[in-house]
Amino acid sequence: MDAEVTLTVDGTAHRLTVDTRTTLLDALRERLGNTSPKKGCDHGQCGACTVLLDGKRALSCLALAVAHDGAEIITADGLAADGELHPVQQAFLDRDAFQCGYCTPGQICSAVGVLDEVRRGWPSHAGPDLTADPELSHDEVAERMSGNLCRCGAYVNIVPAVQQAGGGQA
Amino acid sequence: MTDLLEPRAIGRDLVRRDGVAKVRGTATYAYETPVERPAYAHPVQATVARGRVTAMDTATAEGLDGVLAVLTPSTAERLASTEDREFAVLQSDEVAFRGQLIGAVVAETSELARQAADSIRVTYAEQSHDTELSADRDDLYAPGKVNAGHETDTSEGDVAAAMASADVTIEQTYTTAMYHNNPLEPHSTTALWDPAGDGHLTLWDSTQGVHPDRAAVCEVFGLAQEQVRVICPYVGGGFGSKGTPHAHVMLAAMAARALPGRPVKLALTRQQMFFLAGYRTPTIQRMQLAADRDGRLSAVAIDVVVQTSRIKEFAEQAGVPARMMYAAPNRRSTHRVAALDVPVPSWMRAPGECPGMFGPEVALDELAEELGIDPIELRIRNEPEVDPDTGKPWSSRHLVECLREGAERFGWADRPPARHRDGNWLVGTGVAASVYPTMRQARSTANLRYEDGRYVAEIGAADLGTGAWTVLPQITADALGVDVADVDVRIGDTEYPIASVAGGSSGTNTWGSALVVAARAFREKFGGSPSDGDEVAGDVDQAAQDEDHAAYAFGAQFVEARVHADTGEIRVPRLLGVFAAGRIVNPRTARSQFVGGMTMGLSMALHENSVWDPQVGQVANHDLAEYHVTVNADVGDVQAHWLDEHDPFVNAMGSKGIGEIGIVGTAAAVVNAVHRATGVRVRHLPVTLDKLLPGL
Amino acid sequence: MKPFAYARPADVAEAVRDVAAEPTAVFLGGGTNLVDHLKLGIVRPDLVVDVRTLTSRSIDDLQDGGLRVGAAVTNSELAADRRVRERYPVLAQALLAGATGQLRNLATTGGNPLQRTRCVYFQDASTACNKREPGTGCSAVGGYTRYHAVLGVPAALPDPTAPETCIATHPSDMAVALAALDAQVQVLGPAGARTVPFVDLHRLPGEDPSRDTVLEHGELITAIDLPPLPAGARSAYRKVRDRASYAFALVSVAAVASGNGDVRLALGGVAHKPWRATRAEGVLRGGPLTEDTVRAAMAAELAAAQPQPGVDSGNGFKIPLVTRTVVATLRDLEA
Repeated sequence: MDAEVTLTVDGTAHRLTVDTRTTLLDALRERLGNTSPKKGCDHGQCGACTVLLDGKRALSCLALAVAHDGAEIITADGLAADGELHPVQQAFLDRDAFQCGYCTPGQICSAVGVLDEVRRGWPSHAGPDLTADPELSHDEVAERMSGNLCRCGAYVNIVPAVQQAGGGQA
Repeated sequence: MTDLLEPRAIGRDLVRRDGVAKVRGTATYAYETPVERPAYAHPVQATVARGRVTAMDTATAEGLDGVLAVLTPSTAERLASTEDREFAVLQSDEVAFRGQLIGAVVAETSELARQAADSIRVTYAEQSHDTELSADRDDLYAPGKVNAGHETDTSEGDVAAAMASADVTIEQTYTTAMYHNNPLEPHSTTALWDPAGDGHLTLWDSTQGVHPDRAAVCEVFGLAQEQVRVICPYVGGGFGSKGTPHAHVMLAAMAARALPGRPVKLALTRQQMFFLAGYRTPTIQRMQLAADRDGRLSAVAIDVVVQTSRIKEFAEQAGVPARMMYAAPNRRSTHRVAALDVPVPSWMRAPGECPGMFGPEVALDELAEELGIDPIELRIRNEPEVDPDTGKPWSSRHLVECLREGAERFGWADRPPARHRDGNWLVGTGVAASVYPTMRQARSTANLRYEDGRYVAEIGAADLGTGAWTVLPQITADALGVDVADVDVRIGDTEYPIASVAGGSSGTNTWGSALVVAARAFREKFGGSPSDGDEVAGDVDQAAQDEDHAAYAFGAQFVEARVHADTGEIRVPRLLGVFAAGRIVNPRTARSQFVGGMTMGLSMALHENSVWDPQVGQVANHDLAEYHVTVNADVGDVQAHWLDEHDPFVNAMGSKGIGEIGIVGTAAAVVNAVHRATGVRVRHLPVTLDKLLPGL
Repeated sequence: MKPFAYARPADVAEAVRDVAAEPTAVFLGGGTNLVDHLKLGIVRPDLVVDVRTLTSRSIDDLQDGGLRVGAAVTNSELAADRRVRERYPVLAQALLAGATGQLRNLATTGGNPLQRTRCVYFQDASTACNKREPGTGCSAVGGYTRYHAVLGVPAALPDPTAPETCIATHPSDMAVALAALDAQVQVLGPAGARTVPFVDLHRLPGEDPSRDTVLEHGELITAIDLPPLPAGARSAYRKVRDRASYAFALVSVAAVASGNGDVRLALGGVAHKPWRATRAEGVLRGGPLTEDTVRAAMAAELAAAQPQPGVDSGNGFKIPLVTRTVVATLRDLEA
């Protein structure tokens, strides 16, 4: 069954017809040709499809497009929309925080989300104190980035890249 | 001796050339190829582990609006070659393992293709299946050769006599689990059949080698090389599982031929990858070590049992590294295989060496404990002067230096005593050695052309995250004597000359050798001031190849493990490796490879385990929620260091290959550290808390 | 995935009517479990009714000093709420120990407790599963039981072919904390509104393993109430898992020490439902909280525990592990 939705992707509004079954991920990749978010597992188990959905990092493979009519989506490609790399992207490049590149756009969107969540003072499982303001320590960043699998094993470079982009210790 | 390049670009810490595209997500992987009016294929899999398909009711699928083709064993085209039974897709009604491909639906959308595939009702004549590996099976057999062409068995001296007369012996069985490569990019193919003339097939396939991929497809479909083009600029990880094509590539091509002129996209689901994309066999390793009180080995023996699929033999060479690692006058290695109703195993990062260094390196740790000798010292005392297996001198062997430098960097001398307790955590350190052969493949050719003031090299090589896009220009620049910024290297397309598979840590060595030959020929022919369009080819056959030495990279991994005294939870805050792997072409991408290999080794040690359910006949935990690979929070301080090793015998770059050695040895080092922390010796991977609790 | 109609009604009452009227209809919240299951063919609805923007997304103070959490409040928002972090650390910790940041941003208060088991056989539509397809049998018995139950299962080993057999566990971390907090669930159904004590929300398999909860078809969770804790109460959640993050619990413990000697304990990863350890609580009531008393209390709780043998060594390790985890959690809470 089809439905019409409007999705604003990387600043551009698209009116499109989707199957009610179509996920945001497939809408982006197979309908709109935006292959920046990746399909690694299609079940919320790897994080490769992470985008910023209405400003928050989210898994686009578990979101039905029809349920997010009117949503604003930013992909890793959109983070560099004006041709200039986002500080998180630049940090990933500087730190060689990837190899094959397949998890990378999801890692980057996730990292942008993490930095925002830390700024808001949101706690994490790694925090020593639930009520204290979080810092961009290794353990905090590693825990918060644990929703993004990297099979190439770039984690030791991803953490300092996120710290660098966050202006913290690295 | 080869004529070593003067390193100028080589050794420089250059940023990845494909980096910007990857951080933006604009690098296109196989499924993402922009094509006109794509159709989508979804496979149908067998749900019994052995039997025959007696009927497939496809009426519902065929009746769905938007379904373009339904492929079944009774309707699919007959393939030109069915010799490789993994590739003989839909050629018979026989089911040889659960999850085998038995059909496919092609439809206008991916949702519809999946719905239609799910709607197909299959009837089977099911037979009882046999899927359980054990060393006690009475049908184990000795294969003709094991993977990479190694002898199945070797024997020298008398191990039994040495065991009987030794001061100290270790006799234990170690096992490694079944592992799935699980690159983040699922195995995917976009296929387009152009029926004009004799027909032409274009495959945008996620592969570690476009040329070997094409050769396999040509064989199966009876096509000439000119009729097939394989394109793959980026690979979202492979770790061996994209080193050979698997059945789905043939299925994608069949689907495309069913819809001439229409590109067909097929991506395996993550769940399907646990049946169809290869895996590392579980291994059972019976180890025997004999030594005198000073720790000098008199015998090393390993008897390995692995599994393969009944339809295709892949015999992992897990007994091979024990043949050459340490000196001992009496040595034996054997491989036996069980052919089961299971999916087809294949390459996974460091086949042979990775599982095959687990048993030996843990056994050595057990011997060191038994003797009261430091495990590093024990290894040093058994350092062989020449390769014990072949008798050849080493091209270079700096294992002892790796152990010593690692010990220094890690702080080994100050390591805490056994079962040291820090608050609620038990702390221990461990070490293991690693090794990987230095290989060069037989065939690769590079074209080098002067074009608009730039040097352009073309070679059908692959970059699966290894850095080939970046390091091949570095090699070419030094071979030409020009600035690396003036060099372009194009890879990932069969329109470019033949290149070997990115496997066996041989890519840089092989392709680099071809590029060096081409560059030297170019300079010889055209001098320092070439004209636009000047072009030469170079191939590895023309490069000097040393046959007189045993060539290996060596390394040592050090681990600090912490085990929670209450719950047995295991953490590895420190993992440090030192490697002697020849000259490092690009320290940035090399460090990532070493660290990545060690991280995968950590994952193997603590998490990875494809749990086989013999009742159902499949991997029970066949997704990424239940098949655990390390997440960021599992990984602490991982450091890779290397010696400044100069090996004049391996190739013009002096490089040995670095993609695989990082994983070798790591799991043993973790087990040894956990033992030091807890006193519990785990001989069966992975090391999980349930195995430690009884000892805490 | 089979096609389905999608509806976003004007309000929750209409949503309830829509679902109640269609036997296969389901509610859609954050989607993190439902969309997963749609793809796997575990649920095959004709109608999906989206309530994500219909239920409340606010956390309100209750007059008794507790909190009312709207069903649409995301797991991230709930864990970040100052009042929750300060007054109900067990809940914030449980939420943060579950899933990942990008899942918690989607997952909702109403949906999280209703997530279904992670049993690998339940998730594989090609295998027998009484929970997924009643009457087909249970593939988990004698199979891969590492994440399966040891409590609330028959004393003898279950019969894999019997229609009532199910040894699955409930996977939610949040639910374990809510069980220990004596939360109350606000439910709206076709017959009106009702309040269900959280400890009674989930059920044991009984004769019908396909039913995880006592909710009837068409009943929707609209809010979850957190009662106030006594002054001086402390609480904590401890999860033991195979990875350091992003993994379901092998076992977990939610503990609330009220300050007057009473301890509330709920266990995760051990049963078909979040397991309120009432026997252990009874042993500990009013007494000193020493390692010995805690061990004795857990021995009482686990007297009926039944390890499930299976491939990869089964799950017998959970019995010592859960005791050790309770000991460690209460030790840290008392420290």
